[in-house]
This record gives sequence, structure tokens and C-alpha cells, in this order.
Amino acid sequence: MRESNDYIVDARNITKDFGDFRALDDVSLQVKQGEVVCILGPSGSGKSTLLRCLNHLERPNEGAVWIDNDLIGYKEENGVLRELSSAALAKQRTKLAMVFQRFNLFGHRTALENVTEGPVQVLGVSQAEAKRKALELLKRVGLSDKAKNYPNALSGGQQQRVAIARALSMEPTVMLFDEPTSALDPELVGEVLHVMKSLAQSGMTMVVVTHEIGFAREVADRIVFMDEGKVVLDDTVTEVLNSTNPRARDFLDAVL
Amino acid sequence: MTAEGLTAAVDTRSQVAAFERKKRPVIVQWATAVVAIAFLVFVVVGFIQGNINWSTVGQYLFSPAVFEGLLNTVWMTFLAMGIAIVVGTGMAIMRITPNAVLQRVSKFYIWFFRGIPQLLQLYLWYNLALIFPTLGIPGVLSVNTIDIMTPLLATALGLGLCQAAYVAEVVRAGIISVDQGQVEAAESIGMKYSQVLARVVLPQAMRVIIPPVGNYFISMVKLTSLASAIQFSEMLYNVQTIYFVNGQVMELLIVAAFWYLIVITVLTSVQGRIETYFSKGTVRTVTKKKPKNRHKTGA
Repeated sequence: MRESNDYIVDARNITKDFGDFRALDDVSLQVKQGEVVCILGPSGSGKSTLLRCLNHLERPNEGAVWIDNDLIGYKEENGVLRELSSAALAKQRTKLAMVFQRFNLFGHRTALENVTEGPVQVLGVSQAEAKRKALELLKRVGLSDKAKNYPNALSGGQQQRVAIARALSMEPTVMLFDEPTSALDPELVGEVLHVMKSLAQSGMTMVVVTHEIGFAREVADRIVFMDEGKVVLDDTVTEVLNSTNPRARDFLDAVL
Repeated sequence: MTAEGLTAAVDTRSQVAAFERKKRPVIVQWATAVVAIAFLVFVVVGFIQGNINWSTVGQYLFSPAVFEGLLNTVWMTFLAMGIAIVVGTGMAIMRITPNAVLQRVSKFYIWFFRGIPQLLQLYLWYNLALIFPTLGIPGVLSVNTIDIMTPLLATALGLGLCQAAYVAEVVRAGIISVDQGQVEAAESIGMKYSQVLARVVLPQAMRVIIPPVGNYFISMVKLTSLASAIQFSEMLYNVQTIYFVNGQVMELLIVAAFWYLIVITVLTSVQGRIETYFSKGTVRTVTKKKPKNRHKTGA
């Protein structure tokens, strides 16, 4: 039995193959309570795959993930890892909230309904209580007046802020952001980063896959730089941004 | 061109731009109308002058036997479509589960029930007693097939299970049309598989599913007439029973046709309403513009 530790996210030796392609090669990542970790790297470097392995949207071929000392997707039993039922996995996922590149708001539900869906259906909160909390969350992301709108009547930036409110509605232990601003028009990026920044300041534990170096510099406690399915650098913001590692340098010089 | 010349040209064009507008002549449309009306008159006159006893039509239009047939037709349509939708949705879900056995069962079902003519299926169900004289759970319950396989049950099963194969394909197409991101978002907030399907995927698949299923509904109204072949007393069977006696074939067929058209008109309007309901969130609604609430960018 592994003893519990202080890490909220503890991913050990994750390997993920898609057919012949090795997307992740023996990757480990630890995140402490309240830490904001940004994952940078060229496209195809495995950043998103790593994030999706954390909440088991992708099942790693090797390695294991502990979230708040919960082994994700498996039960440890006499030296073997037994796959959990989909219902048990669903329960574990409530600790991890995810914000997607393409927002993925439920298109047939209003902004408010998107935010109440999880609490009511998954956590069993009463409709009235969920609505009260959802309106608070929408206010927090600056969208009180859009509660009754369907996603297709919202701009990309507004949709992403509703998605953040939806993620927050589950009162997660960790929030995962998968390139949350990459699908946005440039003038809409700021409003989403603004919300994420205030989340970070409130002490939320966050793992953020992003290309926004400015955000990473300002908010992150650590930067993980990935390339070709491996973690190349995992260090403080200053160390990574000033790194002399040639692969990191190439990437950073191109995006800075 | 000089500056004055340019201004003059612009002025002339401004005048042209303000000219009165005239639509293209609609001669072709008028011509079409004339042909269509001429054709209609020809048909109507044919029916009036033809050997049709209109008073017989009027006499049977609201007769109890026709009314009974109408009720049975409508009720059988709903029964058979109910079976088709339940079984078809089940087959579609089996098709997309990771369980390879269920997938194949579903494929086999669709292949089998889509491959045999409906009329033949009606005969098969109606004569099931020839293969299975008794039905039930061995040692617990046993009934004579011939007692329970009434024309009603045989029709419901024959038409419903066959239509289910088509519904299954439509539902599957609907499910596939929902973006995978919706599934991932639902999973990421901790929904179970059944919740993902029932609350996120199927409601959004409806937009794709409803129009063809509406068509199936309308076809089913007419398909029930096949059941006249196994003595189910739906509309066609009942009017046939009448005209076998009184010989007024055309009159009674007109009565039946009239009621089929009425039922289908009603169903078509219901279909439109259901489509509107399930299109919520996909049709853009006009919202009032408000001043943008800009935040400072962090980058």
C-alpha cells in the first residue's frame, strides 16, 4: 500500500500509446494544494493527453494517477490494479473539474442549466439550492445577465466563462484547463484569463495547458515544459523561461 | 476623368439608385397555376361524373364500423411505433456500447427485421403457433400460442419490431451526430454512462432523430392497412368487410382515404411542433445588445 502524501495531483510514470504513436513516455507530475502549474510545449508534445489522463478521459497504458490520495480508475488489491466500474470512476471525477478548449457547453441547456446540471444530477443538490449557487457562480464570472441564454447566443469568451462556472459548481479539488483560450478570438482571451487569474488568487489548485506565456509568467507557481511525450523541464517560472535547454529555448523564442 | 466629371457621374448614379423597382414578371407562375387548376378540374369533374355514389360515401363516412376501424388504425399506429421506438432505441444503444456481443446482437436484429417484408412478418407472427405451439417459462407458465397471438398482437409485433430496425439506425445516426466533446464534458462533471446518454446525448440527438421518426409515424398509419391481411379490424379491413357485402368498392375506399388523410394531416402538424421543441439551443435567438464588459488582459 502506498502511503498518502501532500500532493493533490500525483501522476506517476504515465505512458500512453495511440496505436504505434507514443503520446506520453514515462511522465510524472506532482501538484500541491493551491499550486498553479502551467504546462507548455509545442503541439503534439502530449500536454493535453497528460491532462486527459489525469481525469481518465484517456486511460494510461502504464502508470497511475492519484488525486487527493485517491487512485483514479483502479482499486489496489493484493498487488494488482483492478479496473473500477464506470460509476465508481464517475464518482472520482467529481473531484476534478475540466475546462475544454472548445468549451463543450451542453447546447440544449441554458447557461444557468449548464451550471446546475452537475450539482443536481451528480451531487444530489436540490434544484433551488443549485440555482442559487449557480447564479452566484455566474456573477463571479461576470455573466449574471446571461443566465437564460443558450450557449449559441453567447460569444466564445462568454461560453468559456460559463464552462468555468460549470466546473466550479462541482466544488472540485483540482481544476484542469485544456488550452482554454486557444479557440477564442484575440479580443476575447482577456476576459477568460481574468477569471482564471482570480481563481488562482482564491487558492484553487490548477493545472493549465496553455500557450499564454504572459498568463504563465504572472500566475503560475511552476511551469512544466513538455516535448515529444516527455517532461523536459519542471521548474519555477523564472528558471523555465530563462532555461538554456535547446528544445525549450526553440519553443520559447518562437512564442515569446 | 476630371473631378467635376466624376461628381456628375456619381450624381447620375445616385438618381439611378433611387429609381422605382419592378419585380420580374410572374408569367411562368401564372402559367403553372393555369395548368394545375386545369388538372384539378379534370380530376374533380371525373369524380363527379364518374360512377360514384356520393350519398353512399356520406352515409359511411361517420358510420360506427368506419369509426371503429379509424380508432384501431390510430391506436395500432401508436402501439407499433411505441414498440419500434423503445426497441429501436435499445438496439441503437446496444450498437454503441463497448460490449461486442451486444453490438452483434443489434447488427443481427437490424439485418433480420429489415430484410423481411412487413406483410410476410405479419403472417409469421400470426402463424407463430405452427413453430411454437406453447409459449412461456418452462415449468412455471405456459400458454397456447394460438390463444394469445391475436390479430392485434401479431400486427403490433410484426409492424413494431420491423420498424424498430429502421428506428435503431436513425437513433444511432442521431447519437453519432452529437459531438464527442459533449460526452467528455458530461463525464468530466462526474455523470454516469446512463446519465450521459439520457441527459446529454439523447436530448441533443433528438434534433436529428425526430424528422425521420416523424416520417416513420406517418408511414406507420398507412402500414397498419397491411394488417387487413390477417383480419385485424383496422380501417381498410373494415371498409373491405362492408364493400364485400354491398359492392360499393370505390365509395368505401374514398371514405378510408379521407380518414387516412385527416389522421396524417394532424400528425404532420404535431411533428412540426415537436421539431420546434427539440431545436431549442440550436436556433439563434435575438438578444439585446449590451455594452461590452471588457476586462484587462493579463498577457
